[in-house]
Amino acid sequence: MDKKVFDMGPVDIAWCPGCGDYGILNAVKQALAELEIPPEKLVMVSGIGQAAKLPHYLKSNFFNGLHGRSIPPATGIKVSNPDLVVIAESGDGDVYGEGGNHFLHAIRRNPDITVIVHDNMVYGLTKGQASPTSREGFKTPVQVEGVILEPFNPLAVAIADGATFVARASITDIPGTVKILKQAIQHKGFSLVDLFQPCVTFNKFNTYQWFKDNTYYLEDSYDPHDRVEAFKRAIEDEKFPLGVFYVEDGRKTFEERTPAYEENKVALYRRDLNLKMLADLVNSMRES
Amino acid sequence: MKRNDEVSIVLCGEAGQGIQTVERFLTRVLKFDGFNVFSTKEYMSRVRGGLNSTEIRVSSSSVRAYVDRIDILVTLKKGSLEHLKKRITGDTLILGEKLNVDDGYAFVEMPFTQIAIEVGDKIFSNTVAVSAIAALLGVSLETIEEYLKKFFVKKGVEVVNKNLLAATKGYELGSGLVKSGKMTVNIKRDLSIKDDLIFDGASAIGLGAIAGGCNFISSYPMTPSTGILTFLSEHSKEFGIVAEQAEDEISAINMAIGAWYAGASAMVTTAGGGFALMVEGVSLAGMIESPIVINLGQRPAPATGLPTRTEQGDLLFALYSGHGEFPKIILAPGTLEDAFNLTRKAFYFADKFQVPVFIMSDQYLVDSYYNVKNVDLPKDEPERFIVKTSKEYRRYSLTENGISPRGIPGFGDGLVDVDSDEHDESGHITEDLDLRVKMVDKRLKKFDSIRSEIVPPEFIGSKNYETLIVGWGSTYPIIKEAVESLGDKKLAFLSPKELYPFHPDVKKYLEKAKKRIIIENNATAQFAKLVKVETGFDFDQKILKYNGLPFSVEEIVSELKKLAGE
Repeated sequence: MDKKVFDMGPVDIAWCPGCGDYGILNAVKQALAELEIPPEKLVMVSGIGQAAKLPHYLKSNFFNGLHGRSIPPATGIKVSNPDLVVIAESGDGDVYGEGGNHFLHAIRRNPDITVIVHDNMVYGLTKGQASPTSREGFKTPVQVEGVILEPFNPLAVAIADGATFVARASITDIPGTVKILKQAIQHKGFSLVDLFQPCVTFNKFNTYQWFKDNTYYLEDSYDPHDRVEAFKRAIEDEKFPLGVFYVEDGRKTFEERTPAYEENKVALYRRDLNLKMLADLVNSMRES
Repeated sequence: MKRNDEVSIVLCGEAGQGIQTVERFLTRVLKFDGFNVFSTKEYMSRVRGGLNSTEIRVSSSSVRAYVDRIDILVTLKKGSLEHLKKRITGDTLILGEKLNVDDGYAFVEMPFTQIAIEVGDKIFSNTVAVSAIAALLGVSLETIEEYLKKFFVKKGVEVVNKNLLAATKGYELGSGLVKSGKMTVNIKRDLSIKDDLIFDGASAIGLGAIAGGCNFISSYPMTPSTGILTFLSEHSKEFGIVAEQAEDEISAINMAIGAWYAGASAMVTTAGGGFALMVEGVSLAGMIESPIVINLGQRPAPATGLPTRTEQGDLLFALYSGHGEFPKIILAPGTLEDAFNLTRKAFYFADKFQVPVFIMSDQYLVDSYYNVKNVDLPKDEPERFIVKTSKEYRRYSLTENGISPRGIPGFGDGLVDVDSDEHDESGHITEDLDLRVKMVDKRLKKFDSIRSEIVPPEFIGSKNYETLIVGWGSTYPIIKEAVESLGDKKLAFLSPKELYPFHPDVKKYLEKAKKRIIIENNATAQFAKLVKVETGFDFDQKILKYNGLPFSVEEIVSELKKLAGE
């Protein structure tokens, strides 16, 4: 499939020139095209922030909801119609900060959705405050003497929490990112892709060059099915490994395990109410 | 004690003693034997201990309201009588075992535990007690036996037989009391009642939801709304309902809105504190024009308040919930039939007008049981308002009435795009300020269509009234019984059930009254404030209660008499 099917035509893009988001948009389109996912079957779900504007620039069904809330509607959408391909994407502040609780519990639910987090270690749309992944010492207009909080480690948390697909990519390598995104989308279950990107306006520390210098790919011999090893690699922070850290195949998804789908696999909107069964249920209250 | 037509029984004990089992047992055998029955409970926020009480009214005519009067009080725990002392009079017959009776109260010894031990285990004491009470009321032993056989069938013959023995012994105890002349009850039976439905408000809302097409519920447990989540979860497999306990209420409502977006019919159930977290979701529904059904079970607040008690304190909170201006619908059931019908209709309203719809319930409503003849079962599939999309589809196409046909992803060739930002017709973010005005107008315009489908308020009393009482929600049956018992031709009662937006008749009824009285289970007369805003009318007098308990019929009668200057 030609990735042009996802082009919006002339739109006024709200991202800064040189922003890493352009690369992510490109990589997502490329991955979707290579996987032959038509726009009509795809739902992009996002929260709020510069990253969360991406669905406006990618032709598809989309649900651009509230800040921090990309994962709950994505879960609700997937479990209401499992035939749809559902991708939640937003920034690090959105998913790991405001939406942290949803992140933790969606992983436990394991819906078949892909969560792509634009991780630039800074807040963009609110103009440069610290994000949950900002490095210690990072100075901002609010953290005036530098960040004193330990940075959030999404990969380690996801692995510990039982996520079935955990990866990190960096937009400094688009082909490598496409490859990881494709695996994430194809994985059946909750997939996390923490995606490094520079913020050219508000993060003068974690620049393109910084990401290039401070990342490397996991070795070809690396086995992503070893959870303890995955955790070890996830907590490396001198240089950050890229690639698929952990995969658990075969775990049933939330929608597969939901009682409503045990006997009937059809999307909820295609089902009828069983009027006879309802009448029986009501009438049972004459006797019990 | 002698009672014709009607008896009020109160059972009081600690949490974990099985009062709920007794309540269920007793209300069922009474109904099966042809008596009208009503029950409601008040309980403490704890799992064990404390003091909880359940009131059961038994009557020859339909009873649906709480009374203060206690004719028979069964104490199952010391402290019960002190707990209920305001309601105990010289006419109250107190039954129980000596160790459960507070000092200074005359009582009739009922050795429930001793009999149970004789049968084999004190676990049977509830069966002994229920059978004794049932005997007092004239229920036949056969009905009790039939119920026990059905109820314990899964536990095996041994358990059934022990319970039957306990029932016989308990029944003898009760019959003995009748023979001694200590009490005579003479309530007429109506055998047709045997086939009535009996359920509580939580089940009525749950059944109404299913009838309305609900196939998705995501919520976080919170009293008094958990029963609706439990009910729909219990039936999730057979009816194909996705029932999910969310990590918090924010997730619950955002998930439910996502579900509607993908074509489900979703609801959330919560109480005030949980709803506080959902409020951003209400606003999201307003902006993206998503349907959402919200059962808001009210309880005393602010903050955690009195978790297990009742209040009507969240009406204005619901009305003004969600930042920004957008239409919403508020429904306030008064009876179990209302709870069923209005919840069912909530799904119709939500789907048709693409707005948040509230069901304002409360602890009193969800925890009250009584027998009803029937509910209005749907004859057809619930009407859906989703369209198959074409390539040209635009989610927010500007239409005459403000309602844009709602497509869902994957149904048709079009794309369905929704955005919490202000958006254009295709759902894309915009800062076109002229378009902003058009979109606000479009959303608000839906009020006109909604208003045209709101049914008039319920009116009880003579057309030539001078004094008009107004009440809403769960107080309805209580006020109704009070007003009817007063039999005053100059008195009428008005209760809007499809509460907001206002039906024009509300104003007409208010206009005609010489004196207007508001009755609300809150401290600030919230509905009265809304009436003032919507109609310009003030209330001359207010009857308000906010100690966490429902009004009683007697209380309303006496307050009304006081206000009338008697």
